Amino acid sequence: MANNDFKVHPTPKLDELEKGPWPSFVTGLKRLRDAGKRYSPMINDLLGQLEHSYEERLGFWKGGTITVVGYGGGVIPRFSEVADKFPASSEFHTLRIIPPAGYHYTTDIIRKMCDIWEEYGSGLIAFHGQSGDIMFQGCSSDNVQPAFDALNELGFDLGGAGPALRTSMNCVGHARCEMSCYDEIKAHRMIINEYLDEMHRPALPYKFKFKFSGCPNDCVNAIHRADFAVIGTWRDDMKVDQEKVKEYVEELGRDYIIEHVINMCPTRALKLNDDDTLAVDNKACVRCMHCLNVMNRALKPGDDKGAVILIGGKRTLKIGDLMGTVIKPFIKLETDEDFEALVEFAGEVIDFFAENALEHERIGETIDRIGLPAFLEAIGVDPDPNMVLHPRQVSFVRTDDFQAEMERMRAKKAAKKEAAE
Amino acid sequence: MSEAAQKPRMPDETGVPDPFPYMHPVMKKNYGQWDYHFRPRPGVLCHVAKSGDKIWTVRAGTQRQMDVFTIRKLCDLADKYCDGYLRFTTRSNIEFLLDKEENVEPLIEELNKEGFPVGGTGNSVSMVSHTQGWLHCDIPGTDASGVVKSLMDLMYEEFINEEMPNRVRITSSCCQINCGGQGDIAVNVQYTKPPRINHELVANVCERPAVVARCPVAAIRPALVNGKPSLEVDEKKCVCCGACYAPCPPMQINGKEETRIAVWVGGKHSNARSKPRFHKLVVAGLPNNPPRWPEVGEVVMKILRAYKENAKDWERIGDWIERIGWPRFFELIDVPFVKHHIDTWTYARLTHNHSTHIQY
Ligand code: HEM
Ligand code: HEM
Ligand code: SF4
Ligand code: SF4
Ligand code: SF4
Repeated sequence: MANNDFKVHPTPKLDELEKGPWPSFVTGLKRLRDAGKRYSPMINDLLGQLEHSYEERLGFWKGGTITVVGYGGGVIPRFSEVADKFPASSEFHTLRIIPPAGYHYTTDIIRKMCDIWEEYGSGLIAFHGQSGDIMFQGCSSDNVQPAFDALNELGFDLGGAGPALRTSMNCVGHARCEMSCYDEIKAHRMIINEYLDEMHRPALPYKFKFKFSGCPNDCVNAIHRADFAVIGTWRDDMKVDQEKVKEYVEELGRDYIIEHVINMCPTRALKLNDDDTLAVDNKACVRCMHCLNVMNRALKPGDDKGAVILIGGKRTLKIGDLMGTVIKPFIKLETDEDFEALVEFAGEVIDFFAENALEHERIGETIDRIGLPAFLEAIGVDPDPNMVLHPRQVSFVRTDDFQAEMERMRAKKAAKKEAAE
Repeated sequence: MSEAAQKPRMPDETGVPDPFPYMHPVMKKNYGQWDYHFRPRPGVLCHVAKSGDKIWTVRAGTQRQMDVFTIRKLCDLADKYCDGYLRFTTRSNIEFLLDKEENVEPLIEELNKEGFPVGGTGNSVSMVSHTQGWLHCDIPGTDASGVVKSLMDLMYEEFINEEMPNRVRITSSCCQINCGGQGDIAVNVQYTKPPRINHELVANVCERPAVVARCPVAAIRPALVNGKPSLEVDEKKCVCCGACYAPCPPMQINGKEETRIAVWVGGKHSNARSKPRFHKLVVAGLPNNPPRWPEVGEVVMKILRAYKENAKDWERIGDWIERIGWPRFFELIDVPFVKHHIDTWTYARLTHNHSTHIQY
């Protein structure tokens, strides 16, 4: 259906954003406006409203409530506050759709998504939002259900919004990265798909996010941005191919290697020997990844791989930015049982959050409020010096059971050792 | 209509889709079995598997908010050069996955012809990860998409080259909650005035106890204004964070002049060398100046130039500043240190210098 029957809003300010070498979203919006499609008038009014925002330096969208049958969240409703001037885009809702784990696509599936979004939406899609979802932006209230149905038939599901388990993400990891220390896709899909109900029917005190990185380079920013971060690492010695080390030394020079690898090791765990081989103090190494990143042909993670779990990362609201705190210094992640244990632990933490967090409180804030020891006790994890930078430096604490606690931890350790033998 | 036809369709709760049907066969075959990688040129990665198989990745910048025509154009290129396999990075760069090296250069040529910059790998300035802004958000102070387009135009050369001491990862957020996250450089909205309250609307629109509870500094109290239940703000306490605006839109935090932009530096996610870090304030009060935000661009470029000229290889911006010291950093970028640079939030004391470690 051709649709050019509207007056094009002038957009002098937005036109400025068509200049310059970087791809312009304004040019893209204009392509949709000028396509003569069902959604063209909607995009024309969207551009009109956006130009109005550029003039007034204010936003003009308000929220509301829109859902699809069977679900409580996943659609971000947007109603225009200036619909009198821009009626065609008065409803411009977003569907958050969960992408394939690791953002792998074929053109075939993307083309089908485009066709659906031309039929029901605005033709505007973001790969991806900061939440990790594919953002199908610009849907009228009436079209939300059929658009979702079509995407759902294609094998895609709505993501999280509101006080719920949120859409997750994992790094490229196992699929194309030599640093990867566990199967990120498997962990990601097992956890989220197990607790999917918490995503589709928001009933948690506030949002809860998982993120999965295959190594301490943390390409998906899990420590900063996830309530529950799973970061790959290894326990045994890193692997060193001395011949390849020599190649690097030959290529870059001894000075360069000493200044940029050896001297930059945070724990002084490296030494370049006189014969251009590398000595690694694996007891001192904190698996920061620097030397592996610089010399990735020569240095590799070890064989005893697994992950660190950090809990409580979040952005500024409400008590200030928090990073995740180490809660499990190491878990194995190889066998199915290892992964099942992770899923179970994740469930325990979600349960704790559901039962103990105040309304609109993130789990990092809960931990801050009740103290890390109380949190550990609640989830049944033993204290470990890896959880802190250093032991307490303030004496104001009640310690009448200190000696008893020492005995208890000693006995536990002994029992564990015995069980292992 | 039959009864069956009237019954609403219930969703298929499929959750996170299995990516293997969409994954490049070489990546599927060598899943978890990669050996090393190298970068033949900026924007291109070559990963070598333990089996000897190779896969080339060509990374290109996009506008993130894409129209279907742009997306289909990218799909055409993927069909032509890489059997239709592609993926996206967390920073919205598109990656074409090729098992034939001879297709790499022709693909790059065609991407460039179509206006897509190839880069964002290694020690480059990659795409700014950002939030939505005026195009779609209900609280934004600015238009992140426009700010990012303006910045990427300025940093274009740094995207297509790998000439920085280490990678530079920039983020942008259009409200102070900073969903865009931490960055080597972060360009974020910073409100400057307490909310202006439309007392007529509060009682109808806002759940007042929830709004009171939202404030991080307990500045909001229930109050009767003109006989109507409303809220009032202790403006001496208010830190202008905007947290009350989301649950209560009549507490307008944005304003044409009042909404300003702040630039932060030195955040990082990776654990490499130093631990992950939060970014720190460089300058606030920059005008929210669409459509090109020139004042913001100027500050960002000044920081990038100083970093490029002064940092050692592999130092991230935060590592570099830690070595040279903040006084020297502020000198280099010619920004005077003012009282608002000193933290006043919880644990602020931990940010004081309790030593004589001073660089003269
Ligand atoms: C007979 C009773 C007490 C005596 C003789 C005494 C003596 C002292 C002395 C000599 C100092 C050191 C002053 C300096 O640093 O120059 C001091 C500091 C202090 N006293 Fe007491 N004190 C007594 C009771 C208390 C009590 C009951 C409290 C609290 C409940 C207390 C709290 C403190 C505190 C907080 C400091 C400061 C410590 C610091 O930060 O350096 N004192 N006291
Ligand atoms: C349409 C407008 C908005 C958009 C597009 C938006 C987008 C986002 C996105 C993508 C994230 C996820 C970041 C991540 O996963 O790391 C996020 C997080 C967040 N947003 Fe928004 N947001 C919007 C409005 C709001 C409003 C109105 C508020 C409240 C005042 C808000 C508060 C937050 C908070 C507290 C977080 C969590 C940050 C954290 O991880 O701790 N957002 N937002
Ligand atoms: S986090 Fe580590 S394993 Fe994952 S993609 Fe980044 S470098 Fe590779
Ligand atoms: S990984 Fe980091 S801590 Fe370990 S040896 Fe290498 S540089 Fe040092
Ligand atoms: S802007 Fe922030 S500090 Fe000020 S009243 Fe609102 S919530 Fe409180």
